[in-house]
Formats: sequence, structure tokens, C-alpha cells
Amino acid sequence: MATVKLNNIKKVYPNGAEAVCGVSMAIENGEFIVFVGPSGCGKSTMLRMVAGLETITKGDIEIDSKVINNVSPADRDVAMVFQNYALYPHMTVRGNMAYGLKNRGLAKAEINTKVNEAAKMLKIDDYLDRQPNQLSGGQRQRVAMGRAIVREPKVFLFDEPLSNLDAKLRVQMRIEIKRLQRRMGVTSIYVTHDQTEAMTLADRLAVINDGRIEQMGAPIELYNNPKTLFVASFIGAPHINLIPARFENKKLVCGNLKLPGFKNLPEDIELVLGIRPDFLRPDTKGQLEIQVDLVEQHGADNLVYGALKNSSNDTELCFKTTQNTLPDIDSNLKLKFEQKHAMVFNKSTGERLI
Amino acid sequence: MKNINWRLASNHLILLIGVIFMSLPVWVAFSTSTHTAETILREGLQFWPGSNFIETYREVMFEEAGVMKSVLGITMLKNSLILGIGFAVGKVIISMLAAYAIVYFRFKLATPLFWIIFLTLLLPLEVRIIPSYEIVAGLGLLDTNFGLIVPLIASATGTFYFRQFFKSIPDELLEAARLDGASPWRFFVDMLIPLSKTMIAAILIIMFVVGWNQYLWPLIMTTKEENYTLVIGIKQIYQILSEGGELPQYQKAFALTIMATLPPVLVVLFFQNWFVKGLVESEK
Amino acid sequence: MKRVQFEHSTIPYLFIAPQIAIIAIFFIWPAGQAIHQSFLLEDAFGLSSQFVWFRNYVDTIGDAAWLQAAWFTTIFSALVTFLSLGIALLLAVKANEVIRGASTYKTTLMWAYAIAPPVAGLMGNLMFHPLIGDLYKFFNAIGWDFNHKLDSFDAGFVVVLIAVWKQVSVNFIFFLSGLQGISKAVNEAALMDCKSPTRRFWTITFPLLAPTTFFLMVINITYAFFETFGIIDTTTGGAPGGSTNTLVYKVFQDGFRGADLGGSSAQSVVLMIIVLALTIIQFRFIERKVHY
Repeated sequence: MATVKLNNIKKVYPNGAEAVCGVSMAIENGEFIVFVGPSGCGKSTMLRMVAGLETITKGDIEIDSKVINNVSPADRDVAMVFQNYALYPHMTVRGNMAYGLKNRGLAKAEINTKVNEAAKMLKIDDYLDRQPNQLSGGQRQRVAMGRAIVREPKVFLFDEPLSNLDAKLRVQMRIEIKRLQRRMGVTSIYVTHDQTEAMTLADRLAVINDGRIEQMGAPIELYNNPKTLFVASFIGAPHINLIPARFENKKLVCGNLKLPGFKNLPEDIELVLGIRPDFLRPDTKGQLEIQVDLVEQHGADNLVYGALKNSSNDTELCFKTTQNTLPDIDSNLKLKFEQKHAMVFNKSTGERLI
Repeated sequence: MKNINWRLASNHLILLIGVIFMSLPVWVAFSTSTHTAETILREGLQFWPGSNFIETYREVMFEEAGVMKSVLGITMLKNSLILGIGFAVGKVIISMLAAYAIVYFRFKLATPLFWIIFLTLLLPLEVRIIPSYEIVAGLGLLDTNFGLIVPLIASATGTFYFRQFFKSIPDELLEAARLDGASPWRFFVDMLIPLSKTMIAAILIIMFVVGWNQYLWPLIMTTKEENYTLVIGIKQIYQILSEGGELPQYQKAFALTIMATLPPVLVVLFFQNWFVKGLVESEK
Repeated sequence: MKRVQFEHSTIPYLFIAPQIAIIAIFFIWPAGQAIHQSFLLEDAFGLSSQFVWFRNYVDTIGDAAWLQAAWFTTIFSALVTFLSLGIALLLAVKANEVIRGASTYKTTLMWAYAIAPPVAGLMGNLMFHPLIGDLYKFFNAIGWDFNHKLDSFDAGFVVVLIAVWKQVSVNFIFFLSGLQGISKAVNEAALMDCKSPTRRFWTITFPLLAPTTFFLMVINITYAFFETFGIIDTTTGGAPGGSTNTLVYKVFQDGFRGADLGGSSAQSVVLMIIVLALTIIQFRFIERKVHY
């Protein structure tokens, strides 16, 4: 168990590309932190800098208040689960798990005990003598986890560990990882581009964009209270509805549509109105009207899609409703939202205004 | 249906002609080698094996003056094996070490040293044959196994094979090993060598054949008969044949040809899959 | 290049040292010697030498015998490359099509790879032997006044035939693996789009084999230049009258047999330039992956 601190870390590649531009954060003992963001945003680079696989151009990384910038990866006492697992293909499952312990000079008996224990925890004790190519994707994933667990490291690092699994297995492993982390209480950093994974796993979530932290906090906090347009649109499935707008004569204007009830917004700049699909519901007095063009039935609930009427451009809206609400295709439907659920962003800076 | 049958038949016909074209000369060489010198002189080449097999091969392999004045066929076989195996093993070791340094280390002279290795592709033995001979002679290495093998093993081909192969190993493996505390040497021994097993086998096979088949270098390097390889011996027997004299011993020439052909062919046939894989990998 | 590498000040040098040492002694030094000697003229007894600038080069390139060898090398390489590639491609396509006996065909067509060029040369030599060679007798029986000891066309025919025979199997292996590397889906799509097998081959298969073909062309030209040394040395020895001398064989003859060190070295250097050109072509078009 350990605390991890990033102090204004930067990564500039020799070709001048800036992958991480000044990130700071403090991670508590036993916390599960998720870095989420689109591909190429620098999240993996940050993780690899913590691992020591990538040099730090500027700033420090501390583990347990000790700067580890120049400590070799093996001496940082961190363990990593890789996206493609990086199992040693010529070693058995046992060999894979034992390798790191052997290099640390542990006694054979001790290594055996630890490997058996970890294998039992991950339910891979039946495969200990198989080679990686005799295992299924899910089993390999468990071995990769096992290799990290036996080391009993201060910090777990996960680099998109579930992205090579099929959908069903991914959900199952997600739950297991969370349980395991709870049980062991090891500080963990987890990188993913999948917002569902991020939301469900994290104690705290850092949304990364262009080498910077857009916002960091508890998942639900980020969902309810995004500080930027980027966070609002990255977090949440289905995707938040975004309607281009302007503020004129104390009304929010979207094409021919004039929405009252908004105050203190700057005029003459382009705005974006954001409303989550969960907060729209059919109502004859609704402020927005759509022409339905698609209904997706997900089982417990339906997602209804349609083009926003009276707006100058083709804005598609989506709302979530119950199984029994099945509007006809091409029918017109009025949708209502509560004022408190409406968010307004500055389009050019992405800053949240309301 | 008729069309398809015709096509199938013509395919097999073409392949059969190909097989005959490729195999017949060797078969005839073998058959002829099992007849007596008189028969061959009287009747020419033979398509069917005769009764003189043991006699000829015993003389060629085990009798003094069987082929040449002093050297036995079996000695030449031994020399060929030493060259083939020494060349293959030496090449694998040298090139694997060099490729490891190039692919897995960041060091100052990496690029110029890589180019120096690359340069060897531009300098086939044939274009530097005379000065090479002078240097080896000057170092007193004529007629030694060291002088025979070592100058041949430094060319870039093996290094490129391994470099290509190492590059295809996922980066994460090194990362995982480093997190597991593996030193450069440990990583080489624990990871790369076991992972390269198939590759090593393939290169050993290819290089054994290449080494066994060396001609020009052993030809100028060996001055004493006892150091001849089979391939060089053939050249000598041919010269003896063309010099004439008494009854030309064609069957011995053919027998020695078969002996020089057999080991590399067997190796290739026996390890066919590895060999093909290794050869084709070099293209990438 | 690996994304992550070890950083160490001595270990990489230790690993690379053996190869570099051998290269320095047995490649760079002699190559330097060759270049140096190509500018020198030795007297008849090899006692003294004189710096003569490019005279050896001028003499070499202006020499009728060298030009003849260059011409023969060009024709020889073109024929060997074209014929051995053509035969190998035909056989590979057929071997890829048949199902029955495919692996037997494959094995029997590729094993000649293991035969050394001089061994092939000697075998061919005996097949064409005036007293016992059936091919010699056969050609003369059908009215071709065949004599490769005296007639330079016949001698060229013999070396080309043997060189092609020896090279078919390598090309066959590469073509077959190239054909097997074409995805099944592409073949199935072509099967639906194009009825004629011949047309399918020339419009789909052959273009997809282009990288292999190009690679093999370079390999074959290099083979015809250098590795055929053993074939020529065991069959014609350059005879009759130097008409089957390749450039490489002439370097050897002039240097070892003729003891003309300066001239032979100048020829070596010219060959190095030819190899350089071949290598540049190869890397420009196929090995574009080398990033150093």
C-alpha cells in the first residue's frame, strides 16, 4: 500500500511532440484511480512514467513520499497488467508468476506458496502447468493479473487490461478486478478509453485530454457536474445531447426555437446546450420537439432517436424511456427537461457556463 | 467437370515434368555411381542401380588413393561437417549477440555499427578474395579451421534475420521482464534464447547448408589434401578425371558427388518446415 | 526500433564486439586493400609497385576481355533470372493448386536447394561428358553439332542450364509461400468476380506476388553474379577462350592465375560498385523498413 504523487510531470518526445503537459495529482492509500480519455491523449504515457518504462521529461513522481524518477522499474515495487498481457510465451503459468519473485531472490518454498495462493484467488490453480498458448483469453488475463498479485507490489498499474476480451468477459473481469482491489486494498492506477469501465471501477476518475487533466473526481460527480464540454460528452452513455445555441434577448436561441429560463449568459458567442438523455421525457408541454426516426429496444428501457424540429441545423436528439413507451416512427414528439438538468457550455473554450 | 479434369491432369503433368527435371540428374548420378568404371565407359550413364555400390563407396570413403593421393573420403566428410557445423553455430552466436545489442539497447554508436554490419552485404567474398587470402595467409591461418570458418561467419545475413525476429517480439515482454527485475543478461538468457528456439533451429539448418556448400574460400584456404572438404574434393577429382591417364574412375566421381550432396539434402528434408520458415522469414 | 530499450554504457558494446571485430579484420581491411591495390601497378616480379591513379580502371574497362565478360554476365544473369523465376513460378502455381500429392511435390521440388553450385556443376559436367554424357550424345544425335569445349554458344548453354537448374528450388520455395500467403478470402472474392483462371492469375495473383517477385529478382541477379562461380569453375572454367567468364570469375582468374593484382583489384572495386547499386535498388523498393 502506498500513496502516489505526480508533481507537474511532463513528457516531451525527442521529436518535440508533447504527450503529457504538466499533470499533478495525489493518490491516496488504497485508492482506485482511473485515467480515461481518447486514444493518444497521454494517459498510457502517464501510467508508463509511473512504471518507469518511460522517462520523465520534467516534474517528479513520488511513491510513499520518495521521488522515484531515477529508480529502475524493477526497484519501484510496482506491478503492471498489460493490454496484450505480455505473458512470457515459453513459460508455464507458474513460471510466469514466479519469474519476478525469482529475480528478487525469494526462496523456492516461499515463491510456491505465494503463487499457489494467488492462483487460488484467481481460480487459475488448475492451469498452473500450462503454457499461455493453451489458455483462453480470459484465462490469460487472469494469469496476467496473477503475475501482478504475487509480487504484492505497492502499486498496481493496469494498461487497458480488458480491451482484448469479448463484451461478456469484459464485464465479468471488470467486476472481479474491482472486488480483488477492494480485498487487497492496493493502490491502483487503471488506464482505459472505455467510459463504462472508468465509471464502474474508479474511486476517482481523471479525464485526460491532450496531455492534461480535464477534470478529476468521483465518477458520479463527473457525470452530474462536468466542468467542460469534453468531460460532459466523454462521460455518460448514451452520449449527452448537444444543441448549438446562442443567447439573445434573455433567451437561449437554437434555430427557430427560443428557450426561456436562462440567465446571465454572454451574448454574441456560440454556446452549446447539453441535456443528458436520461433527463428528457415526453410531455405535451415539452420545450423541444423531435420527429422520431429510430427506436432501439434495449430490454428494460428504450432509446428513442429523432431530429430536433425548428432548429437550423440537423441536430439529433436521443432520450431514454421505459420498455412500454414505443413512439411510432415519423411521429412528432414533444420532450420536456427540467431547468436544473440543462448545462450550457462556451462552444469555443468548452467551459461550462451553467 | 470435363474441364476441371483436364486442368487437374495438366497440373499433375507439369509438376511431374518439374520433379523429373529436378531429380533425374541426381538419380542418374547415384545409379551410375553403383556401376563399375568399365560399364560406364562402355555403356555411358546408367538409369538403374548396379551391383558395385558397396565397392565404390568403400573405396571412395575409406581407402587411401581411393580418390586422391592421400586423403580419405571419410576425412573430407569430417572436414565438411566441421565447416558446416562450425559455420552454422558460429554464425548464430555472433549474429544473435549483435542483433540483441542493436535491437534492445540504446547506445551511442548503434547507428554507425549497424551500418558497418550492413556494409558486409556490399562486400561478398568474391570481390575481396585476393586481399582476404593475403591477410589470412599473413596471420598464419591457412589450413586451419579457425581461418576457414571465422572469416565466413561475420556477414550480415544472420544478424538481419535475428534483428527482424527480435523486432517482431512484442515490446511489452521486455517491459514486463523489467518490472519483474530482469537484467540485460537475464532477459537474454531467460526470454530471448527460449523464444528464439525455432528461429535458431531454422538458421542453424540454413547456415549448415550454406557452410557445407562453401567453395571458393575453402578452395584457396586449404593447401593440404587432408584439409579438403567434400565440395573441394569434387573439384580435384574432376581435375584428375580430365587429366586422363588409365581407366577414368567416373563411378568414384559420381559417388563423391552423392556423398557431398547427401548430408545437406537430408538435413533440409528432415527439418523441412523449419528450414522453409527460416528461409522465407528473411524476406520480411 | 523498440519503444523501450536498455540503457547501458558497456554491455551493448560487448555483445556487438565479436561481429564488428571479425568484420573489421576480414571485410573492411581486405576491401580497403583491394581499393588500395587497384591504384597500384606491380612490376613483373612483384618486387615494387607504383601509384598509377586510375590506369588500372581504364585498362580494365577498356579491355576487350573484360567487356566480353561484362556482356556475358549481363546475358547470363538475365537468362538465369528469367528462366529460373519462370519455371519456379509455373511449378509453384501448380503445386499450390493440386491437393493430392501437394506435399510430395513440394518436397521433391525444393530439395535441390541443398546442393552446392560446384556439385551441380560437376554433375552437369558429367552429363555433358563427351564420352559418357547422355545429354552430349542426345544433342549430337538430333543433329545439333554440340561441343561445349569448343563452341562458346554451347558452353554458355551448359552453364545457363545448370545455373537455372540449381536456382529453381529457391525460387519455388519463395513463390509457393508467397502464394500461400495470399488470403483465402481474396481468392474466393476473385473466384466470384472472374471466371477465367488465367485471367484471375494475371490480374489478381501475379500482382499480389509482385513483392516476392521483385525480391527474388534481386536474389537471382546476385546469385548469377556471385554464386555461379562454383558452377563455372567446375564446368567450363571460362572456356572456350574466356567466352563463359563472368566478371567474378575473371577477377579470380586474373588475380590468382594471372597474378595481375592491380587489374584484378580494379575489377573487384567495379564489382563492389555493381553490388552497391543492386543493394540500393533492393532497399529502395522492398526493404523500405530499414530505419537507421
